[in-house]
Amino acid sequence: MAGKTLYDKLWDDHLVKQRDDGSALIYIDRQLLHEVTSPQAFEGLRLAGRKPWRIDANIATPDHNVPTTDRERGIDGIVDPVSRTQVETLDKNCDEFGILEFKIKDMRQGIVHVIGPEQGATLPGMSIVCGDSHTSTHGAFGCLAHGIGTSEVEHVLATQCLVQKKMKNMLVRVDGKLAPGVTGKDVVLAIIGKIGTAGGTGYAIEFGGEAIRGLSMEARMSICNMSIEAGARVGMVAVDDTTIDYVKGRPFAPKGETWDKAVAYWNTLHSDVDAEFDKVVELDGSAIQPQVSWGTSPEMVTGVEGKVPDPEQEADPIKREGIVRALRYMGLKPNQNITDIQLDRVFIGSCTNSRIEDLREAAAVVKGRKVSPSLKQAMVVPGSGLVKAQAEQEGLDKVFIEAGLEWRDPGCSMCLAMNADKLGQGEHCASTSNRNFEGRQGFGGRTHLVSPAMAAAAAVTGHFIDVRELMN
Amino acid sequence: MRAFTQHQGVVAPMDRSNVDTDMIIPKQFLKSIKRTGFGPNLFDELRYLDEGKPDQDCSQRPINPDFVLNQDRYRNASVLLARSNFGCGSSREHAPWALDDFGFRVIIAPSFADIFYNNCFKNGLLPIVLKEDVVDKLFLETEENDGYQLSIDLEAKTVTTPSGESFSFEVDDFRRHCLLNGLDDIGVTLEDAGLIRDYEEKRRQTAPWLFNSGN
Repeated sequence: MAGKTLYDKLWDDHLVKQRDDGSALIYIDRQLLHEVTSPQAFEGLRLAGRKPWRIDANIATPDHNVPTTDRERGIDGIVDPVSRTQVETLDKNCDEFGILEFKIKDMRQGIVHVIGPEQGATLPGMSIVCGDSHTSTHGAFGCLAHGIGTSEVEHVLATQCLVQKKMKNMLVRVDGKLAPGVTGKDVVLAIIGKIGTAGGTGYAIEFGGEAIRGLSMEARMSICNMSIEAGARVGMVAVDDTTIDYVKGRPFAPKGETWDKAVAYWNTLHSDVDAEFDKVVELDGSAIQPQVSWGTSPEMVTGVEGKVPDPEQEADPIKREGIVRALRYMGLKPNQNITDIQLDRVFIGSCTNSRIEDLREAAAVVKGRKVSPSLKQAMVVPGSGLVKAQAEQEGLDKVFIEAGLEWRDPGCSMCLAMNADKLGQGEHCASTSNRNFEGRQGFGGRTHLVSPAMAAAAAVTGHFIDVRELMN
Repeated sequence: MRAFTQHQGVVAPMDRSNVDTDMIIPKQFLKSIKRTGFGPNLFDELRYLDEGKPDQDCSQRPINPDFVLNQDRYRNASVLLARSNFGCGSSREHAPWALDDFGFRVIIAPSFADIFYNNCFKNGLLPIVLKEDVVDKLFLETEENDGYQLSIDLEAKTVTTPSGESFSFEVDDFRRHCLLNGLDDIGVTLEDAGLIRDYEEKRRQTAPWLFNSGN
């Protein structure tokens, strides 16, 4: 019999009941909650007269709607009354049910997918859910992490279980060494460019290979984060020393004897050598260039040395129409050089790229340089209050401010523009976020997905440039 | 949950692939703490020419006459015919809520994004996967025939055209069962509360670090 994949192991360890009809009950170790997808779930519990099954499995924080300025004013600093109500509703629900919440003025507040790992509330081998598709981020720790809808948030609150059908196994293996200046973000964009936005639909993806093994936890999180942009709800990386070193000493991590016992178990969280995958995709890591998206879907991406595609060269009529529509929306011409795209704004932040390593990489590029006068704005939004404090301790805030970037308070910010940070109509943005859909960063806004280093390089030049040209 | 057994309704064709959830319901409308009222903002950026804001009277807004749902023949559509990877992007259940609130009961496409597909079933909305060539044919028939309707039978797992041509589709037994009977799946899961407690007790022994509430 073939060995097990990491996904098989995680599935088996969380299986409460396999039903005859093919569905299964999976136990959930941790649920992360935020203000946008939880109010209707709490309301549903109340209407049905139900209580949360296990209160200490839940951690909440407001992130999508919070402003990134004026934070000393707390909730009163939220100008939009509808946004304010949503944050107040989360506070009220957490207070009522006794759920731990890092509120807007708490130092530990931040983007859910940043604070889980930061607190050690994300531990290897856990099953984790959140009403947010980027929950796949936590798979970087060898977790079974699913993004779910609000009905499922309610289901997990009420039962601590999720009804699931087992997915198929996919291995994405990135061999070779990444070139300097090429980051986890470039790797995942290259993967999505190769397999497409539906390439992972129905699969749990494990990212492996030499290039992945050599990456930090921050970079692995960026990769797993965007699994959903390849269609996969679940993306994972096997546990190794990098994982365990990251977790050690964090507030929710085990200590003493329990730590040793946990580590012994965590070291089993990898696919067996004889495990069989339903699909294997291979990439040469050494050939990956810094990536830039040119269209309105994350699969519409190319290397910085590349060109905007010509729809005339596309044989498939539906794809051709998609390219024509994307170029019209993006205001780009076929065969235009990526490096000729002029930018209006730069956004460094989001659950994909707002961790300390991301900020260090961006700061290293802008240090001693100035934001291009052709830009309207360049902003840095750290992923959490603790990331912000760490960055300030390292002096990164000063590097950004001296270069002319804005240094903001933590939250989802311009990734989805639910707060005041958004693009104007027709504006081009170099963004370290995860989605370039029409209108995602603001009505009529034009998003180009890039790594923090590439966003920083764009900030100081006003257009895309291979960040390697600025590195010494 | 509202049960779904059979449905017959007018078909509207949404002829583009990778329709994402930001397109189905833009983020400014996710600030609501309710499950209802999203219908007027379904496909907001495609449907109207101006920028939509929450709590606006949409009847006063300039509409995009080219958008399919603004054409008279599709105004009362309840079956949405779509292309591949429909519903990709975020996990927002506001997307099926908006489709439902507009009046859609069925969405037919060659493929769906996983989370969206799953969310539909929780809201009495039936997503149906049909082969690409069948979907192509239905697009053609919809565009050629004013008032074109399809009949959907969940019990029999069939989609039937006005000419009587029938296509069968697959759906998981559990999802079909819940939808046919309008079951609350939390109630179904809680029938196994004993099993959940047993599992939890075992895990407390073997993996106590999973029950650490921080310090």
